[in-house]
Amino acid sequence: MARRILPGLPLTLGITLVYAAIIIALPLGALVFKAASLGPEDYWRIVSSERAVASYRVTILCAAAATLFNLVFGMALAWVLVRYRFPGRRIVDALVDLPFALPTAVAGIALTTLFASNGWFGGPLSAIGIKVAYTPLGIIIAMAFTSLPFIVRTVQPVLEELDPALEEAGQTLGATDLEIFSRVLLPQLVPALLAGLSLSFARSLGEFGAIIFIAGNQPFETEITALLAFIRLEEYDYPASAAIASVMLIAAFMMLAVTNLLQARALRYTEKG
Amino acid sequence: MAEKRPPRIGENPLFRGTIISIVLILVALVIVAPLIVIGVEAFSKGWAYFATTIGQADTRHAIFLTAVTALIAVPINTAFGIAAAWAITKFDFPGRRLLLIAIEIPFSISPIVAGVSYLFVYGLQGLFGEALQSADVKILFALPGIVLASMFVTAPFVARELIPLMQAQGRDLEEAATSLGASGFRTFFSVTLPNIKWALLYGIILCNSRVMGEFGAVSVVSGNIRGQTNTLPLHIELLYHDYNAIGAFAAASILALLAIVTLIAKVILERRGAGRVRRPSLAGAAQKPETLT
Amino acid sequence: MKIRLEDVTKTFQTFRAVHGVSLEIDSGELVALLGPSGSGKTTILRMVAGLEYPDGGAIYFGAENATHIEVRDRGVGFVFQHYALFPHMTVAENIAFGMKVSKRKRSQADVNERVGDLLRLVQLEGLGDRFPAQISGGQRQRVALARALAVDPKVLLLDEPFGALDANVRRDLRRWLRKIHDELGITTLFVTHDQAEALDLADRVVILDKGKIVQSGTPEQVCRAPENAFVMNFLGDANRLKVDVKSGKASFQDTSFDAHGLPDGPAELFFRPADVAWREDGHGIPATIIRVIDRPDSRRVLALTRNGQAVEFDTAPEFPFKAETEGFLDIRRPRIYALP
Repeated sequence: MARRILPGLPLTLGITLVYAAIIIALPLGALVFKAASLGPEDYWRIVSSERAVASYRVTILCAAAATLFNLVFGMALAWVLVRYRFPGRRIVDALVDLPFALPTAVAGIALTTLFASNGWFGGPLSAIGIKVAYTPLGIIIAMAFTSLPFIVRTVQPVLEELDPALEEAGQTLGATDLEIFSRVLLPQLVPALLAGLSLSFARSLGEFGAIIFIAGNQPFETEITALLAFIRLEEYDYPASAAIASVMLIAAFMMLAVTNLLQARALRYTEKG
Repeated sequence: MAEKRPPRIGENPLFRGTIISIVLILVALVIVAPLIVIGVEAFSKGWAYFATTIGQADTRHAIFLTAVTALIAVPINTAFGIAAAWAITKFDFPGRRLLLIAIEIPFSISPIVAGVSYLFVYGLQGLFGEALQSADVKILFALPGIVLASMFVTAPFVARELIPLMQAQGRDLEEAATSLGASGFRTFFSVTLPNIKWALLYGIILCNSRVMGEFGAVSVVSGNIRGQTNTLPLHIELLYHDYNAIGAFAAASILALLAIVTLIAKVILERRGAGRVRRPSLAGAAQKPETLT
Repeated sequence: MKIRLEDVTKTFQTFRAVHGVSLEIDSGELVALLGPSGSGKTTILRMVAGLEYPDGGAIYFGAENATHIEVRDRGVGFVFQHYALFPHMTVAENIAFGMKVSKRKRSQADVNERVGDLLRLVQLEGLGDRFPAQISGGQRQRVALARALAVDPKVLLLDEPFGALDANVRRDLRRWLRKIHDELGITTLFVTHDQAEALDLADRVVILDKGKIVQSGTPEQVCRAPENAFVMNFLGDANRLKVDVKSGKASFQDTSFDAHGLPDGPAELFFRPADVAWREDGHGIPATIIRVIDRPDSRRVLALTRNGQAVEFDTAPEFPFKAETEGFLDIRRPRIYALP
């Protein structure tokens, strides 16, 4: 190790480590400890119970649908913000962050009111036979709302910094707009898209506040995993709550690992040979 | 005068008009409409009713509790963020990258998992539960629990704004100050801080916004005791489930206003360069290996 | 393919980039557009490519008016200043791109064969599977050239083709580019701000200043007969002395130079440092030696005229230097231009 020139390492590193240990590591450790103390059989019985599995299915499918919506909408939004100048562009740009800034409970009651069968959107939708509130569609909408900024904000800077000469090179070589977009631009957005996708998906998997208002929370139908963990807690079934929360924790870590792997693969062309 | 130049891709007027229209309509439906509905519902019975609702003792207490939580959690997390950024960007030590990952963990964990985890530390059935009870220290279902859970959820906020910026700025300035005889604190306050103040403020504002709005984690650890451990977001839920929609939306409008103020502050600070240098989070975009090895 | 520009103009917002440029490039010719930054040379190149549209004038490819043909249909090969290689494609995929998107469908085998031929032409056999980030700057430049050539362009356009390279790589590559041009015989136009590069490579050099052509000719013509002070200065080191012209004679103190055809009045006398002989006595401009700078193949001597104007000249390395020595500057090939 090189000799340290600047002062403050023991103090700052000490604060950082102690804080990270007490605030972050200790509770997560306690959760893992609690879940582990169940023993493999009980643990498996809880996490593979029908109701739990149904909640995974609802959560994962809805998160996937929400992420898919955000992929298309987020891409289009990033494209419009970067490539065009139009009145109100800066306001739209600022509004993109609203889902992050708006507390999830606030988003939850607002979306529920909009999509309830007497709401601004719910009314017309139910007239054509589409029910949103208290159905999986409502969960998808809540998830899509809360994770919308991820894809926009990961794609936007990459799109901004793409060298215009790459498009011009495509044009001089005779490519059409569609060919340039699909073969030259899109592949370079892939790492950012993957990052945005996985952030969006991970956020949707763990989202709670925005969803519980609109979901209806019917076991097997519209009950998300985070809610199930919460319900077990209210039933004073602490081991079950710990087990289900630990599944969510494992899923979160797996998402992190998968994301890093995918990104490394997608970016392998930038590595020096 | 318009320049004559060949269109870049996507500049076909028909395509341009169509995609801008679609995006704007979706923004209006998905982002703006929820914001408007909050205001409309909150004031659906007029100003006077709104004021009465906000003025209720329980609501006032919830606002107070939320403010107190932020007043404790935000400064602590700010101090932690600065310390972590200083340690990680000004020194090389083994495990630096691992520490960085550890700090970012709360960002990718469900708030419910965070709340449940805290229960197993300080709850009756948790690690310290019995010890705490015999010492008659109340952490869960009280202010300390709410503060701790909020700190967990927002632990990365300040650090993740500072680290990429301080990484990009290097160590030259601090080394120069130290070589001129300045102490560590002097170096930080007169050399480092002026260069990171906007990013720091940016991180603090985002941290504050999240602390005040946190629902899931706090919901687990607070016990939802009306008039005692209900923060504003929890109070909104309570009112909403009591079929007091106007009360819920009135309370929500305060948090929505906070969100708008946060967005405006964000735009202003971004114009001063904050939030620009993005170190991709663990799962972030375009991870450049040289930025953090 | 012969290229003709007719009174082409281009304005960016308020900045007039190109002022009425007319230019003919013969089929198979290799022409350099040479000028300082802001002289409009890159804008001209981009207009020929179709990457910018002129505000006025016309561009002909052969007999066809190409002014409004879209870039993708214009059939030019363009080598970008920083190459603009597609970073996510291998070298071979980059070269094949133009063929893949072409309206003329080719079989994969044909494409592969052509890519192989081009890799051989640019001496990059075996590097087809690398990504652009994995090869050197000089290699990237050659990939960019191969990619541009792959579409059988009617004309090859290069924007500062060697600008981003080290000096020694640069020299090798420009000789090599000349060789490729001679083999393929393709009409080629390139932009540079480096006179040595233009003189080394081009059949004809077109010198631009502030959006106008100031001189166009073979390297020999522009070097031996620069038509104005700008060209004289831009092509290399030049001494400049203020002189007075009266009835066809320019005089500097007691020395006079032939200046027939120039109007009476103040003018400027230019000469290259190599075109001066130092005389201890005899005729010439009286001067005093101040300082000497040694170079590998010569000595550069700094002197002052009686009226305090600085002059530099080159001598053999054996030249004995003594400060404050007085003598005379005997100027060969003086060039006199009226003040603008």
